[in-house]
Amino acid sequence: MSGRRASAAARRPGWRTVIARFLLNRLALSIITLLLLSVIVFAASQLLPGDVGRNVLGPFASPEDVAKFNHEHGVDRPVWTQYWDWISHFVRGDLGTSLQHNVPVGELLGPSLVNSLKLAAVAFVLVVPLSLLGGTVAALRRNRVTDRVITVTGLSLTAIPEFVTAIVLIVVFGVVLGWLPVSAAAPEGAGVFTQVEYLLLPSFALVAVLFGYIARITRAGVIEAIDADYTRTAYLKGLTPGRVVRRHVLRNSLLPTIAVVATQVGYLIGGLLVIEKLFNYNGIGQRIYIAAQAKDFTLLQSGVLIVGIVYLVATFVADLLFSLLNPRIRYGAAE
Amino acid sequence: MSGMTDAAAGIEPAIGLVPTEAKIARREMLGQLVRSKTFIAGAVLVGWWVFWAIVGARLTPDDPLEITDAILIGPGAGHWFGTDSLGRDVLSRVLAGASDTMKVAPLATLLGIVGGTTLGLITGYFKGWVDEAISRVIDAVLALPLIVIAVTALVALGSSNVTLIIVIGAVFTPIVARTVRAAVLGERELDYVSAAKLRGERAPYIMFAEILPNIIGPIVVEATVRLGYAIFAVAGLTFLGFGVQPPAPDWSLQIADNYTLLNAGTYEWTVLFPAIAIATLIVGVNLIADGLQQVLDR
Repeated sequence: MSGRRASAAARRPGWRTVIARFLLNRLALSIITLLLLSVIVFAASQLLPGDVGRNVLGPFASPEDVAKFNHEHGVDRPVWTQYWDWISHFVRGDLGTSLQHNVPVGELLGPSLVNSLKLAAVAFVLVVPLSLLGGTVAALRRNRVTDRVITVTGLSLTAIPEFVTAIVLIVVFGVVLGWLPVSAAAPEGAGVFTQVEYLLLPSFALVAVLFGYIARITRAGVIEAIDADYTRTAYLKGLTPGRVVRRHVLRNSLLPTIAVVATQVGYLIGGLLVIEKLFNYNGIGQRIYIAAQAKDFTLLQSGVLIVGIVYLVATFVADLLFSLLNPRIRYGAAE
Repeated sequence: MSGMTDAAAGIEPAIGLVPTEAKIARREMLGQLVRSKTFIAGAVLVGWWVFWAIVGARLTPDDPLEITDAILIGPGAGHWFGTDSLGRDVLSRVLAGASDTMKVAPLATLLGIVGGTTLGLITGYFKGWVDEAISRVIDAVLALPLIVIAVTALVALGSSNVTLIIVIGAVFTPIVARTVRAAVLGERELDYVSAAKLRGERAPYIMFAEILPNIIGPIVVEATVRLGYAIFAVAGLTFLGFGVQPPAPDWSLQIADNYTLLNAGTYEWTVLFPAIAIATLIVGVNLIADGLQQVLDR
């Protein structure tokens, strides 16, 4: 073991290069994925039925006006020209003009994205420590009553749709007890604390969905670490149980948890259409939903692509954290 | 879970029949399932709703669609679960509300499993550039939350139960394909596959007749897990207005129709009972999935 460690240390100057190569590889893959995604999103919004001008101007507009509208908005051009036009402007930060509202798409998506980030942040701050704690406790009390209770509750809550949990939460905390507001949209100009208060109920619903999932991964990671030889060594060295858990078990078991948390970011930012509707909250999911129904495809395709970007950035950051925290990638990838 | 390992000992072969190895294995598995508390609890919950999906409005205390003057009455002797804003009996609507979900979710799951198994067999078996290209596209699609894909597709195709089945099935296909592909990768290097190749069998035969029977276990587990998600997805999309339309007594539709009443600070029974109904069905399906997994994974 010591010989191997020494040889790894000797190679140590190379680990930055190894990580850099690994991350460049992931970055290249993400960019390819993103390009593909943009094509798919564009193709999907082209599938929306009906004539764009007719949809926007309504059934009573004259055919000339419809043709004029289509020409002005460039939707009568060949598909590939339109795609190129969209994507080349998109990368420069110009998201085009909303067909329905006739204002720049960025002005509509910007505030919605900020709202979504706020909700996601509150949910995140609640769910990550809670599920780490839950998963760790379940693992330490493996196969006992505490473990069964945490695991079964978590899995059941994960499986139940978030708006169903939200309804129960609204009824309990909003209606029966009257502690929390039943809508998520805080009054205009409300302070940070009021805003957070309004976001608590929807966040609880998201915590319910995510807790079981993250806690299960944490539990599996902790159990794997507890069973590992290095943990036994740590105990045999005479370290206190608390120290073993903190320094040896938790540190190793956090890695899969980070990975799984990252995969949920896309859902937390863009996948909350139902929760946002239920709580009357103007997030990016709600924007996408309304844009899809109004066939406002400039707004729709940019909104959907942004959600995809958020997800890919989150997974990339997770890869980064993963490789920085994981000695096996640091040292082992060179082999 | 102890005592399951000696399950085989308790099973006597039927007289006059020499059961094949596969038959014994299957019977042993059934025996384990019946003794799994998780599985039984799930089967009871799901069975209850399947029963109500079949009998529907025929056995409910009131007609779930009948509009009366007795609006928004709280739960009590006359109406155990109260009445909604059109004076309809909530208990009857909850009991009759299972039918659409019970049609859409299983069919969508079936579609996703068939599509995903085919795709997973192809990508796992051929590897190389076919696999690489399809996997890239799958990754790109899965970068989006399921519901975003579904909403875009449903707006394009129009909303009905049929499009709901197609869209959810299509979204599930790549997810199932991933699981199946992983299973195929483990099988394709085994001797029986090489033997089939040497016999000169063609690729479709090897995929569907040789590999598929060996990976049925993970596919069955995936199917039950997917069914849970399908109910989840149908509920959410129906709530958004893409599924069955009013006045159907669907659970999500009841929630969508009545949740704004909560702003008044009361009338909670109009949404609470349908919510609990959805929760019990989904938890039931997941308990079944859990029980199956425990038995099939050993």
